[in-house]
This record gives sequence, structure tokens and C-alpha cells, in this order.
Amino acid sequence: MANLLEVNHLSISFTQYVQGLNRNESKVISDLTIDVDESEIVAILGSSGSGKSLLAHSILGILPYNSNVTGELKYKGQVLNQELKEKLRGKEICLIPQSVNFLDPLMKVSEQAIGECKDEKEHAQKKSRQREIFGKYRLDESVDDLYPFELSGGMARKVLLSTALIGNPDLLIADEPTPGLDAKSVEETIQDIRNLKEHGKGVLLITHEIDVALKTADRIAIFYSGYVIEINKVENFKNANNLLHPYTKALINSLPRYGFNLTEGVQPLGEVSGCPYYENCPIRLDKCENNIPQLEEHDGVMIRCFNFKEGNDGS
Amino acid sequence: MDLKAENISFSYNKKRQILKDVSLSLNSNQIVGLIGDSGSGKSTLCKIISGYISNYSGKVTLDDKEIPDKDYYPVQLIFQHPEKTMNPKWKMDKVLNEAWAPTQELKDTFGLKDSWLTRWPNELSGGELQRFSILRALNPKTKFIIADEISTMLDAVTQVQIWDALIKHCRTNNIGILAVSHDPELLEVICDDILYFKDINHI
Repeated sequence: MANLLEVNHLSISFTQYVQGLNRNESKVISDLTIDVDESEIVAILGSSGSGKSLLAHSILGILPYNSNVTGELKYKGQVLNQELKEKLRGKEICLIPQSVNFLDPLMKVSEQAIGECKDEKEHAQKKSRQREIFGKYRLDESVDDLYPFELSGGMARKVLLSTALIGNPDLLIADEPTPGLDAKSVEETIQDIRNLKEHGKGVLLITHEIDVALKTADRIAIFYSGYVIEINKVENFKNANNLLHPYTKALINSLPRYGFNLTEGVQPLGEVSGCPYYENCPIRLDKCENNIPQLEEHDGVMIRCFNFKEGNDGS
Repeated sequence: MDLKAENISFSYNKKRQILKDVSLSLNSNQIVGLIGDSGSGKSTLCKIISGYISNYSGKVTLDDKEIPDKDYYPVQLIFQHPEKTMNPKWKMDKVLNEAWAPTQELKDTFGLKDSWLTRWPNELSGGELQRFSILRALNPKTKFIIADEISTMLDAVTQVQIWDALIKHCRTNNIGILAVSHDPELLEVICDDILYFKDINHI
């Protein structure tokens, strides 16, 4: 059976004018491979600025005009081209956008959540669904008539979440749905995402909050500097020793709960000729500097590291 | 030095009062955490303490003196979304040097790369921009930092890097920090003391 969503070797770059007619090509996603099944939650966990949101935008077909995309997207076995994206988005595929800036500042929030309607009848129907969902997130009726600037950060997030759930999608792309929410609302968001899974829907959860990924996802993909570097089962994230990639280990060890350990180093800004983690890697090999490892399977885990090639156990 | 907020009350409109009789005090050798629900008024309190909102009742004092608003304001606020606090038409170099010129050493401490300086704000990530907005606020005249969810949008590795650099700098230079967050685990690691917003806001 075909996966609900399949992303194969996606790469996204932008063409920018730097000076006069000189153009500059900057690559943001270099090689992103991931799939989401029905009744499955897959989290993409990545450092900020690693281009995670662009994946969401490319699935929805809302990248800016100066972007170049290569690779393949498939939805239920069908190649997802711009035409199909436009047909499905807002209906079968819904997005919870990352930034609260995605709200229209000149529109009452309830109307934004309801969206476009053919006639009064549809509007009334959606209105009652909107009220029901808003109510679930403890946004009372006085909130319906507010404009985005009157909301707190957490309330705005709840509005964004409600907007995506009104459509009842098969595939939900949740782009950072939780930051800035208090514990109770995070718990509810997590519960909602899990509910979707139980109803046979697929969820692609894009986040940098490990906790949220740990509590919801079946599999977690680690995204670093344009590359998926590891895809591992959620159980293995309980202990850094079960993880393979050194960056994944650093990420888990930097959690307040696991010691708040400092790892130096930032991601490379430009394109690098070798492994994206070469500069900061404690177990790097000579060949890592100029060769890019591929994402390969190692004991049921997808890993992009020369240390885990066949016949090499990483020690 | 002591920063005190005494009996702060505030409402944006007549319908709903946000803050009622909120008092807190902070010494410049302290890092105090403030935790509370979204929409409860934490950010509003931060804006009052750091001088962004003036039509409140109650008072904010530094060593029992009112803070003059004509000079450099010694209480600096760092926001959750750095991209909203920077002029999009300025390059990062100009953004950084707006309030003062940080030393190279300090730039290194915060992991600021020289190659970032010639970029526009929209060409950098949230984590990179947040390093700028923190460093920008650390003018030697700054006595207190109000950190309003400054690492909420960052990944865990960057979160440690930023807090580590900020705390080291503030401890050596005797700058107090009010760290606002909804993450109790984070506050337990970085703070000397934690306040619960619902306990200090008498609404």
C-alpha cells in the first residue's frame, strides 16, 4: 500500500539578486527524505534555521516564486504537483503555520478560522464547528470578534490550530504548533494530534521541541543543516546511547532533564562540501570533510554517517 | 542593586483587568524565573518593568528611585520573536551596533559569526537573530535583563548555548535576570528562585 505522504530527496534553493544583476543561489534543504503513513505521526526535529518550515510550504505549494525545488513528493501514491497541491490544500492536507504572523491582521479571528464559504448555509455550518473547536481550546465567545493584535501569543496559536482542524484533513502538517503555549494547552494539542492518528490520519509534525515529538510521534527524523541525518523510533530517544548520530546525542543531552549539557558549534551557513556536521563532530573521519554520507539503514535506523557503514560499528 | 515592581495594576481596556497589585523584587546578583499560563499577562508585566508601557498604576523602582525615562533605560527587555524587533531594512551589523559596540570577545562568547553581519534579518534563523538581540541589550549601562520566553523558539542545543553565554556574562557583570518561561524544567536549571505568576497577580 502506498504511503500517505512520501518525500524523496527533496531539495530547495532560492535565487537571490545580490548586487545589480548578479544572482546568488542559496541552498536551504539539500536532501530530505521522509514518509508518513496513515495512522502515523512522524516528527521532524531540527535546529532552528534548518529549513524545516520550507518542507511544509513545499508540500502545500506556497513557496515564494524565487525558489527552486527538486526531488519528488507523493500523496497517496500520486505525484504531488502544483495543481494537485492547490486542489488538496485546506481540504485533505491542512497546515498549522509556524508564525502567528500568518494571521490576517485586518480580519476577525473567527472569520479567518471559518475561511471561504460558498453561501450562508455553509457559513452557518462552519460557524458552529468553529465555535465548538474554539470552545474546546477555551477561547470564549468574546474572542470570536477580536482581531489578531488583541490576542496573546498563546491565544493566537490556538486560533491557528483551530483553523487547521476545522477542515478535517487526512494529512495534517503541523509546523511548530506548540511553542509559547502553557502546559495545559500543549497537552491538549498533543492529544488532538494523537486523536487524528487514531482516526487513521497522518501527521507530519515539524518541531524543535523534543518533548512534544517524544510524546506524540512514532518516528522522529532529525534534520540538520538541510539534511535528514537520522530517522529513529521514538523509544530509542529515551537514552542518548541508543541514538547513532553525534548531533542527535547532543540534542538529547542538552535537555534540562538530561543535564542541560553545553555543546559548542553552530550550523554552517553556506553549503559545505562534506558532512554538514563535520566542523562540530567528535567522531569525524578524514573522508567526512569532502564527502557527503548518504542516508542509509543500519539496524533498522536510517542514519547519515560514515561511521555506520557496513562492517563498521561506529566505535 | 534592587529592581522592584510595587503594586502594579494594568488593563488594556475597561472590559478586562490584566494585572492587579503585582509586586516583585529582584537583586542584580539573582536570576529569578517567572512561570505562568499563556495570556495571563506575563509579557505585559515585562513591558511595564522595562519601560515600554507607561500608563499603569503602581511603581517600578531601581534602588528605591524611579527610573528616569530620558536616559538609557537600565532594564532591558528581550523578546520571544527577535525577527519582530529588528528593522528589516538594516543589515545585521547596524542592528547590532544600534545601542552599543560589543567587543569581539563578547561576540565570540555568543557565537556570533562575522559572516552574519553583512546579512539582512530575514536571511538568518531565529536562533541566530536571538544571539544578536541579546548581545544588543547588554550595553554596559544595562543592570537588569527581562528575558521574555527568549529560548522558546530555539532548539535545545541552541537554548543551552544562549543561556550559558547570557548567564556567564550577567554573573560576572552583576546583571540581574528575570527569566519568563512556561517551561518549569528550564527554569529549575537556570534560576535561583522561581515565582508563580498566579501567586503574585491578585486577580
